[in-house]
Amino acid sequence: MTQLPATTGKKLGLVVDLDTCVGCQACVTACKGWNDQGYGVPLSDQDPYGSDPSGTFLNRVHAYEVQPEAGPAQIVNFPRSCLHCEAAPCVTVCPTGASYKRVEDGIVLVNEDACIGCGLCAWACPYGARELDAAAGVMKKCTLCVDRIYNENLPEEDREPACVRTCPTGARHFGDFADPDSKVSRLTAERGGFELMPEMGTKPTNRYLPPRRKGPPEAASPLAPLLDIQATGFAGWLDRMLGKI
Amino acid sequence: MHPAPSVILFTVLSGLGFGFLTCLNLGLALPQGIGGFLAFAVGYGLAVGGLIASTFHLGHPERAIRAFTQWRTSWLSREGWAAVLALLGTAPVALGAMGGARPGLLGLVAALLCLATIGCTSMIYAQLKTVPRWNFWTTPALFFGFALTGGVLLSDLPLAGEVLSLALAFLLAFSFVRGDRRFAEAGATLGSATGLGAIGSVRVFEQAHTAGNYLLREMIHVVGRKHSRKLRMIAVVAVALPAPILALLPDGLVAMIPAVLFHLIGAFAARWLFFAEAEHVVGTYYGKR
Ligand code: SF4
Ligand code: SF4
Ligand code: SF4
Repeated sequence: MTQLPATTGKKLGLVVDLDTCVGCQACVTACKGWNDQGYGVPLSDQDPYGSDPSGTFLNRVHAYEVQPEAGPAQIVNFPRSCLHCEAAPCVTVCPTGASYKRVEDGIVLVNEDACIGCGLCAWACPYGARELDAAAGVMKKCTLCVDRIYNENLPEEDREPACVRTCPTGARHFGDFADPDSKVSRLTAERGGFELMPEMGTKPTNRYLPPRRKGPPEAASPLAPLLDIQATGFAGWLDRMLGKI
Repeated sequence: MHPAPSVILFTVLSGLGFGFLTCLNLGLALPQGIGGFLAFAVGYGLAVGGLIASTFHLGHPERAIRAFTQWRTSWLSREGWAAVLALLGTAPVALGAMGGARPGLLGLVAALLCLATIGCTSMIYAQLKTVPRWNFWTTPALFFGFALTGGVLLSDLPLAGEVLSLALAFLLAFSFVRGDRRFAEAGATLGSATGLGAIGSVRVFEQAHTAGNYLLREMIHVVGRKHSRKLRMIAVVAVALPAPILALLPDGLVAMIPAVLFHLIGAFAARWLFFAEAEHVVGTYYGKR
Protein backbone atom coordinates (compact mmCIF):
# COMPACT_ATOMS: atom_id res chain seq x y z
CA MET A 1 0.00 0.00 0.00
CA THR A 2 1.59 3.24 -1.10
CA GLN A 3 -0.57 5.55 0.99
CA LEU A 4 1.65 6.82 3.78
CA PRO A 5 0.45 6.16 7.33
CA ALA A 6 -0.69 9.38 9.06
CA THR A 7 1.59 8.51 11.92
CA THR A 8 3.62 5.49 12.94
CA GLY A 9 3.81 3.81 16.35
CA LYS A 10 7.57 4.00 16.57
CA LYS A 11 9.84 6.12 14.43
CA LEU A 12 12.87 3.90 14.11
CA GLY A 13 15.95 5.41 12.53
CA LEU A 14 19.61 6.24 12.80
CA VAL A 15 21.68 9.09 14.15
CA VAL A 16 24.94 9.57 12.26
CA ASP A 17 27.67 11.45 14.08
CA LEU A 18 29.73 13.42 11.59
CA ASP A 19 32.15 14.34 14.37
CA THR A 20 33.28 10.81 15.17
CA CYS A 21 33.00 9.12 11.76
CA VAL A 22 36.52 8.40 10.53
CA GLY A 23 35.46 7.24 7.08
CA CYS A 24 36.78 3.69 7.53
CA GLN A 25 33.97 2.22 5.36
CA ALA A 26 33.36 -0.56 7.90
CA CYS A 27 29.61 0.15 7.86
CA VAL A 28 29.59 -0.09 4.06
CA THR A 29 31.15 -3.54 4.24
CA ALA A 30 29.05 -4.73 7.19
CA CYS A 31 25.86 -3.55 5.50
CA LYS A 32 26.71 -5.31 2.26
CA GLY A 33 27.79 -8.42 4.15
CA TRP A 34 24.61 -8.72 6.18
CA ASN A 35 22.14 -7.72 3.50
CA ASP A 36 23.76 -9.88 0.86
CA GLN A 37 22.27 -12.91 2.58
CA GLY A 38 19.41 -11.44 4.55
CA TYR A 39 16.25 -9.66 3.46
CA GLY A 40 15.42 -10.28 -0.23
CA VAL A 41 17.72 -11.01 -3.15
CA PRO A 42 21.51 -10.66 -2.76
CA LEU A 43 23.26 -7.36 -3.49
CA SER A 44 24.89 -8.23 -6.79
CA ASP A 45 28.16 -7.01 -8.25
CA GLN A 46 28.92 -6.60 -11.93
CA ASP A 47 32.45 -7.23 -13.20
CA PRO A 48 33.78 -7.14 -9.61
CA TYR A 49 37.35 -8.11 -10.50
CA GLY A 50 37.44 -6.49 -13.93
CA SER A 51 38.26 -3.03 -15.16
CA ASP A 52 34.78 -1.57 -14.67
CA PRO A 53 33.44 -2.91 -11.38
CA SER A 54 30.10 -1.79 -9.97
CA GLY A 55 27.58 -3.15 -7.54
CA THR A 56 24.58 -2.55 -5.32
CA PHE A 57 25.17 -0.97 -1.92
CA LEU A 58 22.65 0.28 0.62
CA ASN A 59 25.07 2.53 2.43
CA ARG A 60 27.93 4.61 1.05
CA VAL A 61 30.45 6.89 2.75
CA HIS A 62 31.48 10.17 1.12
CA ALA A 63 34.20 12.59 2.20
CA TYR A 64 33.82 16.36 2.04
CA GLU A 65 36.02 19.32 2.76
CA VAL A 66 34.39 22.21 4.61
CA GLN A 67 36.06 25.60 4.54
CA PRO A 68 34.80 27.92 7.29
CA GLU A 69 35.06 31.71 6.93
CA ALA A 70 38.14 31.74 9.13
CA GLY A 71 40.50 28.98 10.12
CA PRO A 72 41.65 25.81 8.44
CA ALA A 73 39.44 23.52 6.34
CA GLN A 74 37.91 20.42 7.91
CA ILE A 75 37.48 16.98 6.40
CA VAL A 76 34.07 15.46 7.17
CA ASN A 77 33.28 11.83 6.41
CA PHE A 78 29.68 11.40 5.44
CA PRO A 79 27.77 8.08 5.52
CA ARG A 80 24.65 8.12 3.33
CA SER A 81 21.83 5.56 3.63
CA CYS A 82 18.02 5.63 3.63
CA LEU A 83 16.60 8.17 6.09
CA HIS A 84 13.24 6.35 6.47
CA CYS A 85 11.39 9.58 5.70
CA GLU A 86 7.99 10.33 7.21
CA ALA A 87 6.75 11.90 3.97
CA ALA A 88 8.59 9.36 1.83
CA PRO A 89 8.10 10.35 -1.84
CA CYS A 90 9.60 7.01 -2.92
CA VAL A 91 6.56 5.21 -1.48
CA THR A 92 3.75 7.28 -2.98
CA VAL A 93 5.12 7.13 -6.54
CA CYS A 94 5.34 3.33 -6.59
CA PRO A 95 2.69 1.94 -8.99
CA THR A 96 2.67 -1.60 -7.62
CA GLY A 97 2.55 -1.16 -3.87
CA ALA A 98 5.95 -2.84 -3.58
CA SER A 99 7.27 0.17 -1.67
CA TYR A 100 5.63 0.82 1.66
CA LYS A 101 6.15 2.43 5.03
CA ARG A 102 5.34 0.27 8.03
CA VAL A 103 2.66 1.58 10.40
CA GLU A 104 4.19 -0.04 13.46
CA ASP A 105 7.74 1.32 13.29
CA GLY A 106 8.05 3.61 10.27
CA ILE A 107 10.58 1.47 8.40
CA VAL A 108 10.41 1.96 4.61
CA LEU A 109 10.68 -1.37 2.79
CA VAL A 110 10.38 -2.88 -0.68
CA ASN A 111 8.41 -6.07 -1.23
CA GLU A 112 10.66 -7.45 -3.93
CA ASP A 113 8.08 -9.99 -5.16
CA ALA A 114 5.79 -7.15 -6.25
CA CYS A 115 8.45 -4.80 -7.62
CA ILE A 116 8.47 -4.37 -11.41
CA GLY A 117 11.81 -2.56 -11.37
CA CYS A 118 10.50 0.64 -12.94
CA GLY A 119 12.97 2.71 -10.94
CA LEU A 120 10.54 5.55 -10.30
CA CYS A 121 11.07 5.36 -6.53
CA ALA A 122 14.81 5.88 -6.97
CA TRP A 123 14.04 8.97 -9.04
CA ALA A 124 11.77 10.27 -6.27
CA CYS A 125 14.38 9.88 -3.50
CA PRO A 126 16.55 12.99 -3.11
CA TYR A 127 19.24 11.12 -1.21
CA GLY A 128 20.22 8.39 -3.64
CA ALA A 129 19.21 5.80 -1.08
CA ARG A 130 17.75 3.32 -3.56
CA GLU A 131 19.67 1.30 -6.11
CA LEU A 132 18.11 -1.02 -8.67
CA ASP A 133 19.92 -4.35 -8.56
CA ALA A 134 21.30 -4.99 -12.04
CA ALA A 135 21.14 -8.78 -11.69
CA ALA A 136 17.74 -9.19 -10.01
CA GLY A 137 15.95 -6.23 -11.63
CA VAL A 138 14.33 -5.19 -8.35
CA MET A 139 14.82 -2.17 -6.13
CA LYS A 140 17.14 -2.48 -3.15
CA LYS A 141 17.32 -0.14 -0.20
CA CYS A 142 18.31 -0.03 3.48
CA THR A 143 15.91 -2.19 5.51
CA LEU A 144 17.10 -0.73 8.80
CA CYS A 145 18.22 -4.33 9.22
CA VAL A 146 14.65 -5.33 10.00
CA ASP A 147 15.86 -8.94 10.09
CA ARG A 148 18.31 -8.14 12.93
CA ILE A 149 16.55 -5.66 15.17
CA TYR A 150 13.63 -8.01 15.98
CA ASN A 151 15.58 -11.25 15.58
CA GLU A 152 15.29 -13.31 18.75
CA ASN A 153 17.80 -15.84 17.41
CA LEU A 154 20.53 -13.25 17.77
CA PRO A 155 22.13 -12.38 21.12
CA GLU A 156 20.62 -9.23 22.60
CA GLU A 157 23.63 -7.02 21.75
CA ASP A 158 23.40 -7.96 18.07
CA ARG A 159 19.78 -6.82 17.70
CA GLU A 160 20.74 -3.58 16.07
CA PRO A 161 21.61 -2.70 12.46
CA ALA A 162 24.82 -4.21 11.12
CA CYS A 163 26.27 -0.78 10.35
CA VAL A 164 25.63 0.41 13.91
CA ARG A 165 26.99 -2.76 15.44
CA THR A 166 30.19 -2.68 13.44
CA CYS A 167 31.14 0.99 13.62
CA PRO A 168 34.48 1.12 15.48
CA THR A 169 34.01 4.73 16.61
CA GLY A 170 30.35 4.53 17.57
CA ALA A 171 29.38 7.08 14.94
CA ARG A 172 26.04 5.40 14.13
CA HIS A 173 23.24 5.07 16.65
CA PHE A 174 19.94 3.24 16.29
CA GLY A 175 16.72 3.96 18.14
CA ASP A 176 13.16 5.28 18.31
CA PHE A 177 12.72 8.97 17.54
CA ALA A 178 9.11 8.84 18.75
CA ASP A 179 10.41 8.33 22.29
CA PRO A 180 11.84 11.64 23.54
CA ASP A 181 14.00 9.80 26.10
CA SER A 182 15.63 7.42 23.64
CA LYS A 183 19.35 7.70 23.02
CA VAL A 184 18.79 8.96 19.46
CA SER A 185 16.30 11.63 20.59
CA ARG A 186 18.62 12.84 23.35
CA LEU A 187 21.67 12.90 21.08
CA THR A 188 19.71 14.88 18.50
CA ALA A 189 18.57 17.40 21.10
CA GLU A 190 21.97 17.76 22.79
CA ARG A 191 24.11 17.98 19.70
CA GLY A 192 21.76 19.89 17.38
CA GLY A 193 21.03 16.98 15.02
CA PHE A 194 19.76 18.11 11.63
CA GLU A 195 17.81 16.85 8.61
CA LEU A 196 19.34 16.51 5.15
CA MET A 197 17.86 18.61 2.33
CA PRO A 198 14.85 19.83 4.34
CA GLU A 199 13.79 21.85 1.26
CA MET A 200 12.71 18.59 -0.39
CA GLY A 201 9.91 18.19 2.15
CA THR A 202 10.58 14.50 2.82
CA LYS A 203 10.67 14.83 6.64
CA PRO A 204 13.52 12.39 7.16
CA THR A 205 13.59 10.33 10.37
CA ASN A 206 17.38 9.97 10.50
CA ARG A 207 19.40 12.82 11.94
CA TYR A 208 23.01 13.90 11.42
CA LEU A 209 25.12 15.38 14.23
CA PRO A 210 27.41 18.25 13.14
CA PRO A 211 31.16 18.08 13.69
CA ARG A 212 32.01 19.61 17.09
CA ARG A 213 33.42 23.11 17.06
CA LYS A 214 37.18 22.88 17.31
CA GLY A 215 39.07 25.44 19.46
CA PRO A 216 41.41 27.96 17.82
CA PRO A 217 44.71 26.38 16.78
CA GLU A 218 47.36 26.70 19.55
CA ALA A 219 50.07 29.28 18.81
CA ALA A 220 52.78 26.84 19.85
CA SER A 221 52.60 23.08 19.51
CA PRO A 222 51.81 21.30 22.79
CA LEU A 223 54.63 18.96 21.84
CA ALA A 224 57.22 21.80 21.82
CA PRO A 225 58.93 20.91 25.14
CA LEU A 226 59.43 17.37 23.92
CA LEU A 227 61.06 18.55 20.73
CA ASP A 228 63.56 20.79 22.54
CA ILE A 229 65.96 17.94 23.41
CA GLN A 230 69.18 18.81 25.21
CA ALA A 231 71.96 16.48 24.31
CA THR A 232 74.00 15.11 27.25
CA GLY A 233 77.12 12.93 27.67
CA PHE A 234 79.31 12.33 24.65
CA ALA A 235 76.67 13.70 22.26
CA GLY A 236 76.50 16.83 24.43
CA TRP A 237 80.33 17.26 24.33
CA LEU A 238 80.30 16.74 20.53
CA ASP A 239 77.42 19.22 20.19
CA ARG A 240 79.34 21.87 22.20
CA MET A 241 82.64 21.27 20.37
CA LEU A 242 81.10 21.37 16.91
CA GLY A 243 79.15 24.47 17.86
CA LYS A 244 82.43 26.28 18.62
CA ILE A 245 84.12 25.57 15.29
CA MET B 1 18.72 11.77 -16.03
CA HIS B 2 19.57 8.88 -18.29
CA PRO B 3 17.86 9.32 -21.66
CA ALA B 4 16.71 5.71 -22.09
CA PRO B 5 15.72 5.13 -25.74
CA SER B 6 12.72 2.98 -24.73
CA VAL B 7 11.28 5.76 -22.58
CA ILE B 8 11.91 8.43 -25.22
CA LEU B 9 10.23 6.24 -27.82
CA PHE B 10 7.32 5.50 -25.51
CA THR B 11 6.59 9.07 -24.46
CA VAL B 12 6.83 10.48 -27.98
CA LEU B 13 4.89 7.75 -29.80
CA SER B 14 2.16 7.13 -27.27
CA GLY B 15 1.81 10.90 -26.82
CA LEU B 16 1.32 11.31 -30.56
CA GLY B 17 -1.10 8.36 -30.62
CA PHE B 18 -3.28 9.68 -27.81
CA GLY B 19 -3.12 13.18 -29.30
CA PHE B 20 -4.36 11.84 -32.64
CA LEU B 21 -7.07 9.73 -30.99
CA THR B 22 -8.19 12.86 -29.11
CA CYS B 23 -8.69 14.66 -32.43
CA LEU B 24 -10.51 11.68 -33.96
CA ASN B 25 -12.73 11.28 -30.91
CA LEU B 26 -13.65 14.94 -31.05
CA GLY B 27 -14.54 14.60 -34.71
CA LEU B 28 -11.95 17.20 -35.76
CA ALA B 29 -11.10 14.86 -38.59
CA LEU B 30 -13.88 12.74 -40.02
CA PRO B 31 -12.33 9.97 -42.11
CA GLN B 32 -14.94 7.39 -43.06
CA GLY B 33 -15.01 3.79 -44.19
CA ILE B 34 -11.58 2.34 -44.88
CA GLY B 35 -9.96 5.76 -44.28
CA GLY B 36 -11.56 5.85 -40.85
CA PHE B 37 -10.32 2.39 -40.10
CA LEU B 38 -6.77 3.36 -41.13
CA ALA B 39 -6.81 6.58 -39.09
CA PHE B 40 -7.92 4.85 -35.91
CA ALA B 41 -5.48 2.00 -36.58
CA VAL B 42 -2.62 4.51 -36.76
CA GLY B 43 -3.77 6.11 -33.50
CA TYR B 44 -4.08 2.76 -31.73
CA GLY B 45 -0.78 1.53 -33.20
CA LEU B 46 1.14 4.54 -31.92
CA ALA B 47 -0.49 4.53 -28.50
CA VAL B 48 -0.18 0.78 -27.92
CA GLY B 49 3.28 0.56 -29.49
CA GLY B 50 4.48 3.28 -27.17
CA LEU B 51 2.99 1.55 -24.14
CA ILE B 52 4.73 -1.69 -25.10
CA ALA B 53 8.05 0.13 -25.57
CA SER B 54 7.66 1.51 -22.05
CA THR B 55 7.83 -1.99 -20.57
CA PHE B 56 11.29 -2.59 -22.09
CA HIS B 57 13.06 -0.66 -19.36
CA LEU B 58 11.32 -2.54 -16.52
CA GLY B 59 13.30 -4.98 -14.41
CA HIS B 60 10.26 -7.31 -14.33
CA PRO B 61 7.86 -6.60 -17.22
CA GLU B 62 5.98 -9.85 -16.50
CA ARG B 63 4.63 -8.28 -13.31
CA ALA B 64 3.45 -5.12 -15.08
CA ILE B 65 -0.20 -5.94 -14.27
CA ARG B 66 0.55 -5.04 -10.64
CA ALA B 67 1.07 -1.44 -11.72
CA PHE B 68 -2.72 -1.01 -11.81
CA THR B 69 -3.11 -1.34 -8.06
CA GLN B 70 -1.84 1.94 -6.60
CA TRP B 71 -3.86 4.56 -8.49
CA ARG B 72 -4.65 6.34 -5.23
CA THR B 73 -1.15 7.79 -4.94
CA SER B 74 0.85 6.86 -8.03
CA TRP B 75 0.72 8.79 -11.33
CA LEU B 76 2.34 5.82 -13.06
CA SER B 77 -0.51 3.61 -11.94
CA ARG B 78 -3.09 6.24 -12.93
CA GLU B 79 -1.47 6.45 -16.35
CA GLY B 80 -1.99 2.71 -16.79
CA TRP B 81 -5.69 3.00 -15.96
CA ALA B 82 -6.23 6.08 -18.08
CA ALA B 83 -4.53 4.43 -21.07
CA VAL B 84 -6.61 1.26 -20.86
CA LEU B 85 -9.87 3.19 -20.37
CA ALA B 86 -9.01 5.57 -23.23
CA LEU B 87 -8.28 2.70 -25.60
CA LEU B 88 -11.51 0.91 -24.59
CA GLY B 89 -13.55 4.11 -24.76
CA THR B 90 -12.27 4.89 -28.24
CA ALA B 91 -13.33 1.50 -29.66
CA PRO B 92 -17.06 2.23 -30.12
CA VAL B 93 -16.24 5.65 -31.59
CA ALA B 94 -13.89 3.99 -34.08
CA LEU B 95 -16.51 1.41 -35.05
CA GLY B 96 -19.09 4.15 -35.46
CA ALA B 97 -16.77 6.27 -37.58
CA MET B 98 -16.17 3.39 -39.97
CA GLY B 99 -19.91 3.19 -40.42
CA GLY B 100 -20.03 6.92 -41.04
CA ALA B 101 -21.40 8.02 -37.66
CA ARG B 102 -20.24 11.24 -35.94
CA PRO B 103 -18.41 10.72 -32.60
CA GLY B 104 -21.00 12.50 -30.42
CA LEU B 105 -21.04 12.29 -26.61
CA LEU B 106 -19.21 8.96 -26.54
CA GLY B 107 -16.42 10.60 -28.51
CA LEU B 108 -16.21 13.46 -26.02
CA VAL B 109 -15.79 11.02 -23.14
CA ALA B 110 -13.15 9.04 -25.05
CA ALA B 111 -11.31 12.26 -25.93
CA LEU B 112 -11.25 13.29 -22.27
CA LEU B 113 -9.81 9.89 -21.36
CA CYS B 114 -7.09 10.33 -24.00
CA LEU B 115 -6.26 13.75 -22.58
CA ALA B 116 -6.20 12.29 -19.07
CA THR B 117 -3.64 9.71 -20.22
CA ILE B 118 -1.36 12.42 -21.62
CA GLY B 119 -1.77 14.38 -18.39
CA CYS B 120 -0.91 11.37 -16.20
CA THR B 121 2.22 10.65 -18.25
CA SER B 122 3.38 14.22 -17.81
CA MET B 123 2.69 14.15 -14.06
CA ILE B 124 5.00 11.16 -13.59
CA TYR B 125 7.79 13.61 -14.36
CA ALA B 126 6.29 16.88 -13.16
CA GLN B 127 5.60 15.50 -9.67
CA LEU B 128 9.30 14.84 -8.93
CA LYS B 129 10.66 17.54 -6.63
CA THR B 130 14.02 15.83 -6.96
CA VAL B 131 14.29 16.91 -10.61
CA PRO B 132 13.59 20.65 -10.43
CA ARG B 133 13.65 21.14 -14.20
CA TRP B 134 10.69 18.74 -14.52
CA ASN B 135 8.91 19.93 -11.40
CA PHE B 136 7.33 22.88 -13.22
CA TRP B 137 4.17 23.71 -15.21
CA THR B 138 6.09 23.56 -18.49
CA THR B 139 6.27 19.76 -18.22
CA PRO B 140 2.52 19.04 -18.58
CA ALA B 141 2.27 21.96 -21.01
CA LEU B 142 4.92 20.40 -23.25
CA PHE B 143 3.41 16.91 -23.09
CA PHE B 144 -0.02 18.26 -24.06
CA GLY B 145 1.58 20.54 -26.63
CA PHE B 146 3.47 17.79 -28.41
CA ALA B 147 0.57 15.31 -28.29
CA LEU B 148 -2.06 17.72 -29.58
CA THR B 149 0.14 19.38 -32.20
CA GLY B 150 1.13 15.97 -33.53
CA GLY B 151 -2.50 14.87 -33.46
CA VAL B 152 -3.69 17.94 -35.34
CA LEU B 153 -0.95 17.51 -37.96
CA LEU B 154 -1.96 13.87 -38.47
CA SER B 155 -5.59 14.99 -38.73
CA ASP B 156 -4.59 17.17 -41.69
CA LEU B 157 -5.90 20.44 -40.23
CA PRO B 158 -3.49 22.94 -41.86
CA LEU B 159 -4.51 26.15 -40.10
CA ALA B 160 -4.64 24.63 -36.60
CA GLY B 161 -1.39 22.81 -37.38
CA GLU B 162 0.38 26.05 -38.28
CA VAL B 163 -0.78 27.86 -35.14
CA LEU B 164 -0.03 24.97 -32.79
CA SER B 165 3.42 24.30 -34.30
CA LEU B 166 4.50 27.90 -33.81
CA ALA B 167 3.04 28.04 -30.30
CA LEU B 168 4.79 24.77 -29.40
CA ALA B 169 8.13 26.04 -30.71
CA PHE B 170 7.81 29.11 -28.48
CA LEU B 171 6.83 27.00 -25.47
CA LEU B 172 9.77 24.67 -26.08
CA ALA B 173 12.26 27.53 -26.36
CA PHE B 174 10.81 29.08 -23.19
CA SER B 175 11.03 25.76 -21.31
CA PHE B 176 14.72 25.43 -22.23
CA VAL B 177 15.65 28.90 -21.02
CA ARG B 178 13.38 28.92 -17.97
CA GLY B 179 14.42 25.38 -17.03
CA ASP B 180 18.02 26.49 -16.60
CA ARG B 181 16.97 28.42 -13.48
CA ARG B 182 14.94 25.67 -11.85
CA PHE B 183 17.75 23.87 -10.04
CA ALA B 184 18.90 27.00 -8.25
CA GLU B 185 15.27 27.81 -7.37
CA ALA B 186 14.77 24.41 -5.74
CA GLY B 187 17.54 25.33 -3.31
CA ALA B 188 19.34 21.99 -3.05
CA THR B 189 23.09 22.48 -2.71
CA LEU B 190 25.94 20.37 -1.38
CA GLY B 191 25.59 22.54 1.72
CA SER B 192 21.95 21.57 2.31
CA ALA B 193 22.46 17.97 1.17
CA THR B 194 25.13 17.43 3.80
CA GLY B 195 23.90 20.01 6.29
CA LEU B 196 27.51 21.23 6.44
CA GLY B 197 26.65 24.49 4.69
CA ALA B 198 26.09 25.97 8.16
CA ILE B 199 29.82 25.63 8.86
CA GLY B 200 31.28 26.88 5.62
CA SER B 201 31.59 26.14 1.94
CA VAL B 202 31.55 22.42 1.12
CA ARG B 203 33.31 20.58 -1.67
CA VAL B 204 33.86 16.95 -2.51
CA PHE B 205 37.12 15.71 -1.03
CA GLU B 206 36.92 12.09 -2.10
CA GLN B 207 34.14 10.22 -3.93
CA ALA B 208 32.28 7.50 -2.05
CA HIS B 209 33.31 4.91 -4.64
CA THR B 210 35.92 4.79 -7.36
CA ALA B 211 33.80 3.12 -10.06
CA GLY B 212 30.33 3.81 -11.40
CA ASN B 213 27.03 2.80 -9.83
CA TYR B 214 23.29 2.88 -10.51
CA LEU B 215 22.96 6.46 -9.26
CA LEU B 216 25.68 7.79 -11.54
CA ARG B 217 24.35 5.88 -14.56
CA GLU B 218 20.68 6.63 -14.03
CA MET B 219 20.42 10.01 -12.37
CA ILE B 220 23.75 11.77 -12.77
CA HIS B 221 24.00 11.03 -16.47
CA VAL B 222 25.91 13.96 -17.93
CA VAL B 223 27.14 12.47 -21.23
CA GLY B 224 23.87 13.18 -23.06
CA ARG B 225 24.24 16.93 -22.49
CA LYS B 226 27.31 17.22 -24.68
CA HIS B 227 25.55 18.69 -27.70
CA SER B 228 22.61 20.23 -25.92
CA ARG B 229 23.03 23.73 -27.40
CA LYS B 230 22.86 22.41 -30.97
CA LEU B 231 20.07 19.97 -30.14
CA ARG B 232 18.00 22.76 -28.61
CA MET B 233 18.22 24.71 -31.85
CA ILE B 234 17.37 21.65 -33.94
CA ALA B 235 14.40 20.82 -31.73
CA VAL B 236 12.91 24.32 -31.80
CA VAL B 237 13.41 24.74 -35.56
CA ALA B 238 12.06 21.28 -36.41
CA VAL B 239 8.98 21.83 -34.25
CA ALA B 240 8.31 25.19 -35.94
CA LEU B 241 8.92 23.97 -39.53
CA PRO B 242 5.47 22.39 -40.08
CA ALA B 243 4.03 25.92 -40.03
CA PRO B 244 5.81 27.19 -43.20
CA ILE B 245 5.46 23.77 -44.82
CA LEU B 246 1.70 23.75 -44.35
CA ALA B 247 1.44 27.37 -45.44
CA LEU B 248 3.49 27.00 -48.61
CA LEU B 249 2.83 23.51 -49.92
CA PRO B 250 -0.56 22.53 -51.36
CA ASP B 251 -2.97 20.89 -48.91
CA GLY B 252 -3.06 17.12 -48.58
CA LEU B 253 -0.45 14.43 -48.14
CA VAL B 254 2.28 16.46 -49.93
CA ALA B 255 2.31 18.89 -47.04
CA MET B 256 1.18 16.60 -44.26
CA ILE B 257 3.94 13.98 -44.55
CA PRO B 258 6.93 16.35 -44.30
CA ALA B 259 5.12 18.36 -41.62
CA VAL B 260 4.60 15.29 -39.45
CA LEU B 261 8.17 14.13 -40.11
CA PHE B 262 9.72 17.42 -38.98
CA HIS B 263 7.40 17.50 -36.00
CA LEU B 264 8.60 14.03 -35.01
CA ILE B 265 12.28 14.97 -35.41
CA GLY B 266 11.65 17.94 -33.15
CA ALA B 267 9.72 15.80 -30.68
CA PHE B 268 12.49 13.20 -30.41
CA ALA B 269 15.22 15.83 -30.05
CA ALA B 270 13.17 17.67 -27.43
CA ARG B 271 12.42 14.48 -25.50
CA TRP B 272 16.08 13.45 -25.56
CA LEU B 273 16.95 16.81 -24.02
CA PHE B 274 14.04 16.56 -21.58
CA PHE B 275 15.86 13.61 -20.01
CA ALA B 276 19.50 14.40 -20.72
CA GLU B 277 19.32 17.96 -19.38
CA ALA B 278 17.29 17.09 -16.28
CA GLU B 279 19.48 17.35 -13.20
CA HIS B 280 18.63 15.22 -10.15
CA VAL B 281 19.43 16.68 -6.72
CA VAL B 282 21.30 13.50 -5.73
CA GLY B 283 24.07 14.76 -8.03
CA THR B 284 25.00 17.28 -5.33
CA TYR B 285 26.42 14.45 -3.17
CA TYR B 286 28.83 13.69 -5.99
CA GLY B 287 29.62 17.33 -6.69
CA LYS B 288 27.86 16.98 -10.03
CA ARG B 289 24.61 18.09 -11.59
S1 SF4 C 1 15.72 8.36 2.12
FE1 SF4 C 1 14.93 8.06 0.06
S2 SF4 C 1 14.44 5.88 -0.03
FE2 SF4 C 1 14.63 6.40 2.13
S3 SF4 C 1 12.52 6.90 2.78
FE3 SF4 C 1 13.53 8.83 2.24
S4 SF4 C 1 12.94 9.14 0.09
FE4 SF4 C 1 12.56 6.98 0.55
S1 SF4 D 1 11.06 0.05 -8.79
FE1 SF4 D 1 9.72 -1.35 -7.65
S2 SF4 D 1 9.51 -0.41 -5.63
FE2 SF4 D 1 10.31 1.17 -7.01
S3 SF4 D 1 8.49 2.27 -7.78
FE3 SF4 D 1 8.93 0.66 -9.29
S4 SF4 D 1 7.68 -1.09 -8.61
FE4 SF4 D 1 7.77 0.31 -6.87
S1 SF4 E 1 20.54 -0.26 8.83
FE1 SF4 E 1 21.21 -2.20 7.90
S2 SF4 E 1 20.54 -2.00 5.76
FE2 SF4 E 1 20.50 0.07 6.62
S3 SF4 E 1 22.50 0.96 6.15
FE3 SF4 E 1 22.68 0.01 8.19
S4 SF4 E 1 23.43 -2.06 7.79
FE4 SF4 E 1 22.67 -1.25 5.84
